[in-house]
Amino acid sequence: MTWEALFLSILPVSLLGAVVGLDMVSFPQIMLSRPLVSATLGGAFVGRAGAGLLIGAVLELIALETLPFGASRYAEWGTAGVVGGVVMAGQPVSSAGGLPVAMFVALATAVFSSRSMVWVRNWNAHEARRLRSEIDAGSPTAIDSLQLRGLTMDLVRGFAVTFVALLVLYPLSHKIVAVWGVDAVHSRAFVTALAATVAAGAIWTLTHRAARAGWLFILGLGAGTVLLLLQ
Amino acid sequence: MTEPESRATQSARRDGGTPAPVGARAVAASFIRLFAVQGSWNYETMVGNGIAFSMKPLLRNLPEERYHAALARQARYFNAHPYLAGVAVGSLARGELDGEDPVRVERYRTALCGPLGSVGDQLVWAGWLPLCSLMALAAFALGAGPLVVVCIFLGAYNAGHIALRAWGLRVGLRRGLRVAPALANPLFREGPAALARISAVLAGLILPLALQRIIGPGRALAGGVAVVAVIGAVILARFGARATGWRAALGLLSIFVLYSVAR
Repeated sequence: MTWEALFLSILPVSLLGAVVGLDMVSFPQIMLSRPLVSATLGGAFVGRAGAGLLIGAVLELIALETLPFGASRYAEWGTAGVVGGVVMAGQPVSSAGGLPVAMFVALATAVFSSRSMVWVRNWNAHEARRLRSEIDAGSPTAIDSLQLRGLTMDLVRGFAVTFVALLVLYPLSHKIVAVWGVDAVHSRAFVTALAATVAAGAIWTLTHRAARAGWLFILGLGAGTVLLLLQ
Repeated sequence: MTEPESRATQSARRDGGTPAPVGARAVAASFIRLFAVQGSWNYETMVGNGIAFSMKPLLRNLPEERYHAALARQARYFNAHPYLAGVAVGSLARGELDGEDPVRVERYRTALCGPLGSVGDQLVWAGWLPLCSLMALAAFALGAGPLVVVCIFLGAYNAGHIALRAWGLRVGLRRGLRVAPALANPLFREGPAALARISAVLAGLILPLALQRIIGPGRALAGGVAVVAVIGAVILARFGARATGWRAALGLLSIFVLYSVAR
């Protein structure tokens, strides 16, 4: 693929990244930004929603530990999911490295997007200081203006993160998959072990304070294992 | 976003007279704006500007001077869970409209911050969101396609999300500065623990099935994966305060990718 073709093909996906990035905190928080949704949408944009769903499920298990409490710093899964979904859907179905590379690319994007949210929040604070005298005078125009600037900047942030991540990581992911040296059995087992570890840790964190939650988890695990054996 | 002021409003402002009651259109406008309440979130005023932004349609009928004073008050520092910000917007708007003493409004505003943050965090971020994720993952584990999984997640989650936002604004507007007892609702006290128990049993049930679908050809190593997951989860639970799981996963994955490329 030429750079021009790559540039043109990632523009619409970057718009999707902008929308799901905005959804994470600013508007409307309907959870399009959860990786299960954003990765599936990313995969669908490339024509393989099923591949997007697979990486989305892996990332969702990991995202269970993300609790976006107040001012805490956390991963922004919207753009990360879109990038992961596109990369996963762009690999050949039979490639051994497709899933681990898509997961790597998504998590790397999450580091960058998480940082970009802090930049936007600092920029919002700067704008709030700039408009302080008008806001302190109760100017409805200044209040609306600050809000709209923040929303616009967050939309731009989501677009830029997705665009840059795809521009850099999409070609890189193809190069890595082309020289991937571990077989499909071990590659998938590694990814599954990572997702299971983080998910189990997250479930413990979320539920251990509730009475009998540990026993309920073990009860469910037993039932799930039986169902698995019956399949 | 700004709507033209009605003649009645402008007249009321000029006269400094009693404002008209809040109309359905103003409530609807405020409700829609609440979805963007975190639009200018920052580390200094947090969601403060968003509170004033969402409250603006409700305060339109105040006399000019009181309108600006109320907006200035409401744009200051505020922190709350975004889905419960409607409680603050509704109750504080009612206080402003009823002509409560500004000092009392400000004191009440400060007092609302903590409960609206902690109650929402526990109920939504630590309860409802993970439960809806697990419901969608259960559908994935049982072989559902992309559309079904996404619809289950978005449908279930947003049924609760939108109902909570609507309840917050309604109860705030109805009770004004006497909204605190509404936060003692059994849903807020018992809900998080009940959701955690349902999540625990659902997580146990779906984890093996979801992992079975993800692992694909790697199922030959399923036993090893289970052992690694148990040990890893115990380590994460033990040292979770110092290391986030996703960053640790990225570190390990980076090593695995390098190994695979170098091989």
